[in-house]
Amino acid sequence: MSNLKQHERAEFINEMTPWHQLTDGLQIYEPATSRQFFTGEWRTSTPVWDTDKCKQCLLCVPYCPDSSIPVENEKRQDFDLNHCKGCGICAKACPFQAISMKEGK
Amino acid sequence: MLKTRMSGNEAVAHAIKQINPDVMPAFPITPSTEIPQFVAGMIANGEIDTEFIPVESEHSSMSAAIGSSAAGARTLTATSSCGLAFMWEVLYVAASNRLPIAMAVVNRGLTGPLNINAEHSDSMGARDSGWLQIYAENNQEVYDNFLQAYRIAEHPDVKLPIMICQDGFITSHAVENITLWDDAAMKKFVGTYEPDHYLLNADEPMAVGPYAASNYCMEAKKAQTEAMKRAKKVILDVAKEFEALTGQSYGFFEGYRLDDAEYAVVAIGSVCGTAKDAVDAMRERGLRAGLLKIRVFRPFPADEIANALKGCRAIAIMDRSESYNAVGGPLGAEVTAALYRVKAHAEVINIMYGLSGRDVRVEDIEQLFDNLVKLGDGEQVYDETCPYLGLRE
Repeated sequence: MSNLKQHERAEFINEMTPWHQLTDGLQIYEPATSRQFFTGEWRTSTPVWDTDKCKQCLLCVPYCPDSSIPVENEKRQDFDLNHCKGCGICAKACPFQAISMKEGK
Repeated sequence: MLKTRMSGNEAVAHAIKQINPDVMPAFPITPSTEIPQFVAGMIANGEIDTEFIPVESEHSSMSAAIGSSAAGARTLTATSSCGLAFMWEVLYVAASNRLPIAMAVVNRGLTGPLNINAEHSDSMGARDSGWLQIYAENNQEVYDNFLQAYRIAEHPDVKLPIMICQDGFITSHAVENITLWDDAAMKKFVGTYEPDHYLLNADEPMAVGPYAASNYCMEAKKAQTEAMKRAKKVILDVAKEFEALTGQSYGFFEGYRLDDAEYAVVAIGSVCGTAKDAVDAMRERGLRAGLLKIRVFRPFPADEIANALKGCRAIAIMDRSESYNAVGGPLGAEVTAALYRVKAHAEVINIMYGLSGRDVRVEDIEQLFDNLVKLGDGEQVYDETCPYLGLRE
């Protein structure tokens, strides 16, 4: 990765990049660049986490198709709304009704 | 250097042997079948160590070629006609991913009517797929073109896939005299493939062919078309280097007795040998006749072709592929447009010839020149924009 020219690095590629600065074939030369690409703006409904009802069973985590429920020290954290698309699977999967869906972003 | 005789398919296979590429996925289809067959034989005999992948279709052979090339391997395949058509979807993927795959295209008409003979409808149909296309008149040329293929395709200014085209049966199966170049010299000329980025590089995880929303696609296509423009210089540079080694001279096209020509025929492929005889015959009759034989069709050297034809009184542009657009063929459209841009005043007629292997004789082209003279004098010779040559009427 250190051999990459600046304009080849994902953090410098965005919707303002002129055509001659993009990589050949729009190839990406680093892993895990989806973290820098926010897809949460597609969302039309948003999960809300009720920490009082949550038992930290972590069942919602593997159900999330977009890896938008971060886990730290074996405990789930609040939603990564930069990548959550509001599909609602987590709300259905939760056995304790600790997740509800609200309209809008 | 070895003077010998072989078929065009053998000549391409010999070039492949000298290059010893890394991977060849292929599926047989007449008249290109012999190429993978010869290569498989060379591998079995231990002459080369190319990895041969027998696949279940041409869609698969091109898909495997894309994977292999993206992985970092020097890759090739071969096909004809409906096989090329079956690759259609993935041809664009290879080009837009900027993968320098080489493909031997042995030109044969697309079905239908079902036919296996020489025509350009297969590669002409793929003319907008983003591949470089180089055509040959004879076995020597297709051999020389294949040896130059990777140098052009892999060049950092280009990085595009390349089709090396030859006419089915005429230049694939007919045996001709040929000069083969020294193995070591060709190996050195072609060199080794060292891509900057490739999937098998464990130190640089990468993504090939990512989804691009509308705010990226147009920029990617502009970059791709600019690479096609830059290929022009690379093609000439590589040809110059090849000439220094072999004495064989190649450019975008060959002008045969064209410098002072008043009447010219423009064509691609094996018919040019026949056209040269017709040009000689017309010259003996005192007519300033000439031929422009197109070698490089993608990128299309529009300005160079138009400038070479600018001084002519009448020009016949010969197509071996129907566009079914009710006015003519692809070469006719592109050359005429190029002439318009340089404000040429020549009379132009598009001629459809040789479809599905229909024979073209020297006399046919001599008669064409006679008609060009009348056309140049303002006579109404044809009552349509693209008459068929050699049609039963």
